[in-house]
Amino acid sequence: MKERLVLVGNGMAGVRTLEELLKLAPQEYEITVFGAEPYPNYNRIMLSPVLAGEKSIDEIILNDRRWYEDNGITLHTGDPVVEIDRVNRKVIAQSGLEVPYDRLLLATGSNPFIIPVPGSDLPGVIGFRDIADVDAMLEAAKTGNKAVVIGGGLLGLEAANGLQLNGMDVTVVHLMDILMERQLDRPAAEMLRKSLEEKGLKFLMETQTAEVLGEDHVTGLRFADGEEIEADLVVMAVGIRANMDLAQKAGLYCERGVVVNDTMQTYDPRIYAVGECVQHRGECYGLVAPLFEQAKVAANHLAKMGIARYEGSVTSTKLKVTGIDLFSAGEFNEEDGDETLVLQDPAQNVYKKLVVRDNRIRGAVMFGDTMDGTWYFQLLREGTDISGFRSSILFGQHDLGDAGHGDETRVAALSDDAEICGCNGVTKGDIVNAIQTKGLFTLDDVRAHTKASASCGSCTGLVEAILSSTVGEGYEEKPSKKPVCACTEHSHDEVIRAIAEHELKDMRAVFDFLEWKTPDGCATCRPALNYYLLARWPEEYHDDPQSRFINERAHGNIQKDGTYSVVPRMFGGLCTPSDLRAIAEVCEKYNVPEMKVTGGQRIDLFGVKKEDLPLMWKDLSDAGFVSGHAYGKAMRTVKTCAGKKWCRFGTQDSTGLGVQLEELTWGSWMPHKFKLAVSGCPRNCAEATIKDFGVVCVDSGYELHIGGNGGIKVRVTDLLCKVDTEEEVLEYCGAFTQMYREEAHYLERTAPWVERVGLAYIKERILDDEEERKALYERFKIGQKVAQVDPWKARAEGEAAHEFVPLKISA
Amino acid sequence: MTDWKKIAPLEDIPRLGSRVVEIEDGSIAVFRASDDQVFAVRDACPHKNGPLSQGIVAGHTVTCPLHNWKIDLESGEALGPDEGCTNTYAAKVEDGIVYVQL
Ligand code: SRM
Ligand SMILES: Cc1cc2nc3c(=O)[nH]c(=O)nc-3n(C[C@H](O)[C@H](O)[C@H](O)COP(=O)(O)OP(=O)(O)OC[C@H]3O[C@@H](n4cnc5c(N)ncnc54)[C@H](O)[C@@H]3O)c2cc1C
Ligand code: SF4
Ligand code: FES
Repeated sequence: MKERLVLVGNGMAGVRTLEELLKLAPQEYEITVFGAEPYPNYNRIMLSPVLAGEKSIDEIILNDRRWYEDNGITLHTGDPVVEIDRVNRKVIAQSGLEVPYDRLLLATGSNPFIIPVPGSDLPGVIGFRDIADVDAMLEAAKTGNKAVVIGGGLLGLEAANGLQLNGMDVTVVHLMDILMERQLDRPAAEMLRKSLEEKGLKFLMETQTAEVLGEDHVTGLRFADGEEIEADLVVMAVGIRANMDLAQKAGLYCERGVVVNDTMQTYDPRIYAVGECVQHRGECYGLVAPLFEQAKVAANHLAKMGIARYEGSVTSTKLKVTGIDLFSAGEFNEEDGDETLVLQDPAQNVYKKLVVRDNRIRGAVMFGDTMDGTWYFQLLREGTDISGFRSSILFGQHDLGDAGHGDETRVAALSDDAEICGCNGVTKGDIVNAIQTKGLFTLDDVRAHTKASASCGSCTGLVEAILSSTVGEGYEEKPSKKPVCACTEHSHDEVIRAIAEHELKDMRAVFDFLEWKTPDGCATCRPALNYYLLARWPEEYHDDPQSRFINERAHGNIQKDGTYSVVPRMFGGLCTPSDLRAIAEVCEKYNVPEMKVTGGQRIDLFGVKKEDLPLMWKDLSDAGFVSGHAYGKAMRTVKTCAGKKWCRFGTQDSTGLGVQLEELTWGSWMPHKFKLAVSGCPRNCAEATIKDFGVVCVDSGYELHIGGNGGIKVRVTDLLCKVDTEEEVLEYCGAFTQMYREEAHYLERTAPWVERVGLAYIKERILDDEEERKALYERFKIGQKVAQVDPWKARAEGEAAHEFVPLKISA
Repeated sequence: MTDWKKIAPLEDIPRLGSRVVEIEDGSIAVFRASDDQVFAVRDACPHKNGPLSQGIVAGHTVTCPLHNWKIDLESGEALGPDEGCTNTYAAKVEDGIVYVQL
C-alpha cells in the first residue's frame, strides 16, 4: 500500500512542494490536502494587481481543481485542520473528518498582525492576506469614500495604491519616519514617497494609532497625539505572524515559526513544514522565492532522495505599483567596514546604491531605474568579486564591454533592427516578437526559439534585459541554484559533491543516486558528468567516449563540412627543421587543403577526412609529435616569447620554462579550455596576462598570474604571487590547475571561476596553506600519469577503430 | 524497390553511438540507442547538413555536433522550436545483425 501524505495549508509553498514531489516521485504517496480557504491554490502575490483592477481572480488561480483530480490528490477546501494527533498519526478537520498520515506537511502560511488597540475588532477593519480581504476592500470602495491603511511597507503601499485606483481617498499611516524602512534607505524612501504623493496618496508619518473609533462599524482613528481622522475602511498592514497555532497545539517546537532543520523537517521526523509558517536558522521568510527553494528541498526528502539541503536565502523586493520602479536586496544600510557606491540623478528621478564589502556586493537599493536589479542580485548571491568592473558597475551590465556590445546603452532605446546576437544574427525585434507571440518567460525559452545567446553567450545580459523589459514586472521566479540541465534538479556543485562524498564512480551510479529524470542524460549533462568522474577518479573511472562532444571523441576539430583539423603539439612553440619537414610531408601525403599558423604558436592542418586521421597521426607520431588537444576542454597551448636566450631584454629563460610547463600539463582534461603563456620580461610579448595561467619573468623571479581570458569577454589576469625559482612556478601552476579541475563547473573557464569564488579564496588555499598546495600538486601529478597517454598514437595503433572506419554494405 | 540490406553485427556499433554507412548518393548514419534499438537516418542535419553521425545520442534523439539541433531518430524531425526533417530508413536487428531497408 502507498504511504499517505497529508498537506495542511493549500497555499503557495505547500502546493509547490507537491508539484516538485510529483516531478520526482509521482507514485510515492496517496495525497490529501486541507485548505482553510474555499479556493484551490492561487497566486497570493497577484492579489495586489487584482485589487488594482489589473487582473481577475480567475487569472490568478495556479492549480485548478482539475489539477488535483488529474494527479489523484484529494482536496478539502473550506475545511481547516483543527488538530494533529501525533500519537495516532492523523489530522482532524473542523468538519470532523479524520485522515491518517505517514508523513505530514505543514504549510499554513501566516496571519496579518492586527494591532491590539481598542476597536481593532470592529467591522471595517481588515488585513490584506486573501481573496476574502480583497472582496471586502472592493465592497467597501463601492459605499465608502475614505480609507486608511496602517503600515507603510510593501503590502500597505500596494493596498493603498489599489484602493486609490478604486476611487477611494487614501491615507497611509506609518510609525516610522520613512516608508518601507526594511527595504529602503532614506533617499530611496523619500523618492518613493514623493512619487506616491504625486499619484494622490496622503501620508501621516511618525504617527502611532491609539484607538479605532466607531460603534458598530469603523468611523475613524485616533492617534497617540490625540489627532483624529475619518475612515470608512481601515486596512492593517503592519506585518505578519507565522500561523503556528496548530503546530504549537500539537506540541511541535516553535519559536517565531515552526522550527525546521536544513531538510525542512520539524522536531517530529514525520512532519515537514515549509513556507511562511516556518522558522529556519532563526529566519522567517515572507516572499515566495525562498519558499519555493524550501519546497524543492522538502520534496526531495519526501521523495526519499535525501540529498538536498536548504541553507537559507537572500531575498530581493520589488514593489508592484505600476509606474514605480523600485528594487531592494540584501543589507542595504551600510555598517562599519562597508563601502557604498551611489549614483543619484534627481532630474531623471534615478537613485542607485550598492553596499560593498571586500569587493563583494552585500546589498542594493534602486529607484527609478531597476533594469540591473537582477544582475546585482545575482552578483550578490553568488558572492562575485567585483573588483574588475567596480568603477563602472553602477552604469549597469550593458556597460561592461562585451565584444561588440560595449557601446550599446539602454536596450529600451535600441531600434528593432539592432543586432543583439552577433553569432546568430538575431535582432531586438526578433526577440521581442518571439517573446510576445510565443509567450516566452525565461532565458532558456528565448534561446530555444530565437537562438539569441545560444552560442557564445556574450549577449546574454542584453537578452535578459530585453526579456525583463518585454515581460515587465510580471511574476518571475529565479532560483538561486541552477540545475545542470533539464535532466536533473541538481546544481553542478551538488553533483561534484555527491560524486566525491558518495564515491560514485560511473555514470550509471550518478544517474541512479541523484535520480536523473532521463534514462541516458543529454548532450549537456553527459559531457559534464564524464569530466567530473574523470577528474575525481582518474585511476578508476573509464572514460566514456559516447559522452564526449565529437571533437574530443575524434581528437580533432570538426569543421563546417564534416572534415577535421589536426594541430600537433609544439612544446612552447619551439620547432626544428625536421619537425617542419615532417609536417610538410604529412600535408602533401594526405592532400591537406590548407595550413595555417595558429594564434597558439603552432600549425593547423585543415580539412582532413575522418578516415585519414589515424594514418596521419601515425606519421606524426613517428616523427615525435603528440596531440595538441586544440579540440578539447583541456590544456591547450603554452605560448612563449624569445626570452633571455636571444632577446636583449629577456630576464629569464621564458621559452625553456614554457616547455617545462607544457610537459607538465599536456594531456590534462579540464572544465574548459586552459591556456598558458610565459613572457621573458614585463613587455609581455607572449600576452601572459590574458591567459588562464600566465608567467611574467622579472629580474628577481617570476610573477604568476591567473584567471585571464582573451576571446569573448577579455579579462586581464589577477596577480597570484611572485616566486623565485622555476620549481616553484611548476608547483604553483600544478596546484592552481588542480584546484580549478576539482572545483570549477564544467564549461566554466578560469576567468568566471576566479570571479565567482574570489581571488582571496584561491590565495588562501594556494599561498597560505603550503600543505594544501603540495597536496593539490601531488593529485595533479597522479591524474597526469593517466592523462599523458597520447590519444593520437593510441588510435594510430588501433584504439577505437570503429570511430574512423565507415561501414560497408555487405549484401 | 527497397531491400533489407545487411549492415554489420550489432556490437560493431557502440551503445549511444553510431556508424556511418556509405551509399551511392551520400551517407547514412546508423544509431544504436541505450535500449539496443537501431535507427538509420541520412547523415545530414536539416539545418546545415551537419554530420548527425557525430552527435551525442540520448534516448531516441541525437544532438547535431555543429549547432546543437536535436533530431528525433524515429521520425528524422528536428525537436523543440527548430523545424526541419531528414530522411529516415527502416532499421532492425535480427540474430544480432543490423539490417537497413534501402
Ligand atoms: C585555430 C585557432 C585560430 C587560428 O588559426 O589562430 C582557433 C580556432 C578555433 N577557436 Fe579559438 N582558435 C585559436 C586561438 C584562440 C585564441 C588565441 C590564443 O590562444 O592565444 C583565443 C583567445 C584567447 C583565449 O582563449 O582566451 C581563442 C578564443 C576562442 C574562443 C573564446 C574563448 C573564451 O573563453 O572566450 C572560442 C570559443 C570556445 O572555446 O568556446 C574559440 C573556439 C575556437 C574553435 C575551436 C571553434 C570551434 O569550437 O569549433 C576554432 C576551431 C577552428 C577549426 O575548425 O579548427 N576560440 N582562440 C587558434 C588555435 C590555437 C591553437 O594552436 O590551439
Ligand atoms: C497582497 C500580497 C502581495 C504579496 N506580494 C508579494 C510579492 O510581490 N513577492 C513575493 O515574493 N511575495 C509576496 N507576497 C507574499 C507571498 O504571497 C507569501 O510569501 C506566500 O504566499 C506564502 O506562502 P505560504 O504557502 O507559506 O502561505 P499561504 O500562501 O498563505 O498559504 C497558506 C494557506 O494555508 C491555509 N491554512 C492556514 N491554516 C490552515 C489550517 N489549519 N488548515 C488548512 N489550511 C490552513 C491558509 O488559509 C492559506 O490558504 C504577497 C502577499 C500578499 C498577501
Ligand atoms: S577561428 Fe575562432 S575567431 Fe575564427 S571564426 Fe572560428 S571561432 Fe571565430
Ligand atoms: S548543421 Fe546541424 S545544427 Fe547546424
